Amino acid sequence: MASTEKHIIVRALYDDDDVVLDAVKTVRDKGYHVHEVFSPFPIHGLDKAMGLAPTRLSVAGFLYGLAGLATSIVMTYYMMITDWPQNIGGKPSMSWGLNMPAFVPIMFELTVFFAAHLMVWTFWMKNKLYPGAEAQNDDPRLTDDKFLMEVELKGDKEALTALLKESGAIEISEA
Amino acid sequence: MFQFTSKAKTFSYILILVGLVSWVAGYVLNNSHEADSGNHTEVVAHTENTAHDAHELDMAHGHATAHGDGINHETQINNRPWSALMVNSFFFLALGLGTLFFLAVQYAAQAGWALGLTRVMEAIALFMPIPLIVIIVLIVLGQLHVHHLWHWMDPELYIEGGEHYDSIIAGKQGYLNFGFFLARAIIYLVGWTYAARWFRKNSLKEDEVGGDVYYKKNFKMGAIFLVFYGVTSSTSAWDFIMSIDTHWFSTLFGWYTFAGIFVTSIAGLTMLTIYLKGQGYMEWINENHLQDLGKFMFAFSVFWTYLWFSQFMLIWYANIPEEVTYYMQRFGEYKLLFFTMVAMNFVMPILIIMSRDSKRISGLLIFAGVFVLAGHWLDHYIMIMPGTVGSHYGFGLLEIGPFLFYFGLFILVVFRNLAKAPLLQKNHPMIKESEYFHQ
Repeated sequence: MASTEKHIIVRALYDDDDVVLDAVKTVRDKGYHVHEVFSPFPIHGLDKAMGLAPTRLSVAGFLYGLAGLATSIVMTYYMMITDWPQNIGGKPSMSWGLNMPAFVPIMFELTVFFAAHLMVWTFWMKNKLYPGAEAQNDDPRLTDDKFLMEVELKGDKEALTALLKESGAIEISEA
Repeated sequence: MFQFTSKAKTFSYILILVGLVSWVAGYVLNNSHEADSGNHTEVVAHTENTAHDAHELDMAHGHATAHGDGINHETQINNRPWSALMVNSFFFLALGLGTLFFLAVQYAAQAGWALGLTRVMEAIALFMPIPLIVIIVLIVLGQLHVHHLWHWMDPELYIEGGEHYDSIIAGKQGYLNFGFFLARAIIYLVGWTYAARWFRKNSLKEDEVGGDVYYKKNFKMGAIFLVFYGVTSSTSAWDFIMSIDTHWFSTLFGWYTFAGIFVTSIAGLTMLTIYLKGQGYMEWINENHLQDLGKFMFAFSVFWTYLWFSQFMLIWYANIPEEVTYYMQRFGEYKLLFFTMVAMNFVMPILIIMSRDSKRISGLLIFAGVFVLAGHWLDHYIMIMPGTVGSHYGFGLLEIGPFLFYFGLFILVVFRNLAKAPLLQKNHPMIKESEYFHQ
């Protein structure tokens, strides 16, 4: 997403993760909106510097885990108690509650399975990563050793360019 | 520098005194209670059924259960003061020993983040010998037949053809005999105390000398201690606790006990750190360090539950009489306590400190820590009590007294250790890493 209809996006390229982190802070301090930052690896503290809202992925993960737990309970109840009642550990109680210890590994595994897989899928969807998705960063250097900050233009263009230069940008372009 | 105020000192003396008096009073009351035997049948009436069932099972499976008919009601009542002392001794041993283990892990793993906490760890670790010495005294008293916490100390069990001959216990005599048992306990005391003092001495010397000599030495000692502790954590758990239920055994028991020890000590360390911060010390410790402690507390609560369940499920599934008796008793007379304990140690940490944000709030860490500490106190109680006092358990002067006694002693010794040295190591090469630690 290089540009939107309303805003002009100015792209500044950096060659150091600490420099881009400081640049994000200075640019935001001046009142500009940082649209996006591309980096070949996660930069510690960048989300805070960009002012991104805390992720709600963990809440989603908790709910997915509960879904997995519920699935496992229904599944074991159907398979082991009603559809084909099993004599578990020499204790033919035929009740889910009394046989529960035998089902705990299944409950645990499905909880983890649901939470992990659905969280990864959610992460992909939120980041628009799916088979056939268009690359959001068109500069291959961003997958190697360069960092890109996209700033929404506001007011004077010269002033922003100067500010970006001062913050250590090695290349400035518009898209 | 930490100041051990006279107010705190007085408080600790009062706790020690109150604890001692309660235990002695409880001891006297317990013994007079025993003389009046008409009274106690009333107390145990509600549990008579389960006890009876367990006995029938004993008979059916050729005395395969722990203790069988070796221990009668009178012995069990007699045991209670000593059992209560043992529960509290082991709990406070866990606080010190787990912290010593944690300290060794930091050095062996060359971890940077925890270096701001090493002085607190050292202070707690140096408390460890005291409850261990009490346990050794208990071992000697057991051999003198003052109490019968360890059933296998009864010499009649080994007389072949005798009325009380027990072939299973006699078969374990090579490991469970007084000489070797005492020797092992002394090896633990010497080895663990040596390591604790060694770490302390070196970190103090490092403050003076600097350089990386002590860093390397600590790394080596950390690794050596972890190997030694890897063996002794299991054997000490078998000795002090598992041999109470002499017939019963679980290959997982050492790990299970270790997990309890570790999470207990992390909760203790976290709460002491938060207390010290509240008093205006340790400004270099912030919510990032607390979050890491919270992670350990949470993770090892889950780890403990994992081991608790693994031990339980295999025994439940296999349904072998000599194994299930251990849980028969705990699902019988101790049912409510047993499940309360699991809830406190598993459900409460999950609910309170699972999320990242809650691990960064000291109030919530203390809240979770109280549950973890109380839960593991109860866990040790449920490990020790059923095999020693059976249905004659309770919560009174006898149980609370030793706790207060040790708590007072803990404050006295740990605060004294804290006051002896600066609360931050000066010359450790990675001390800055702890200072700038953030996540």
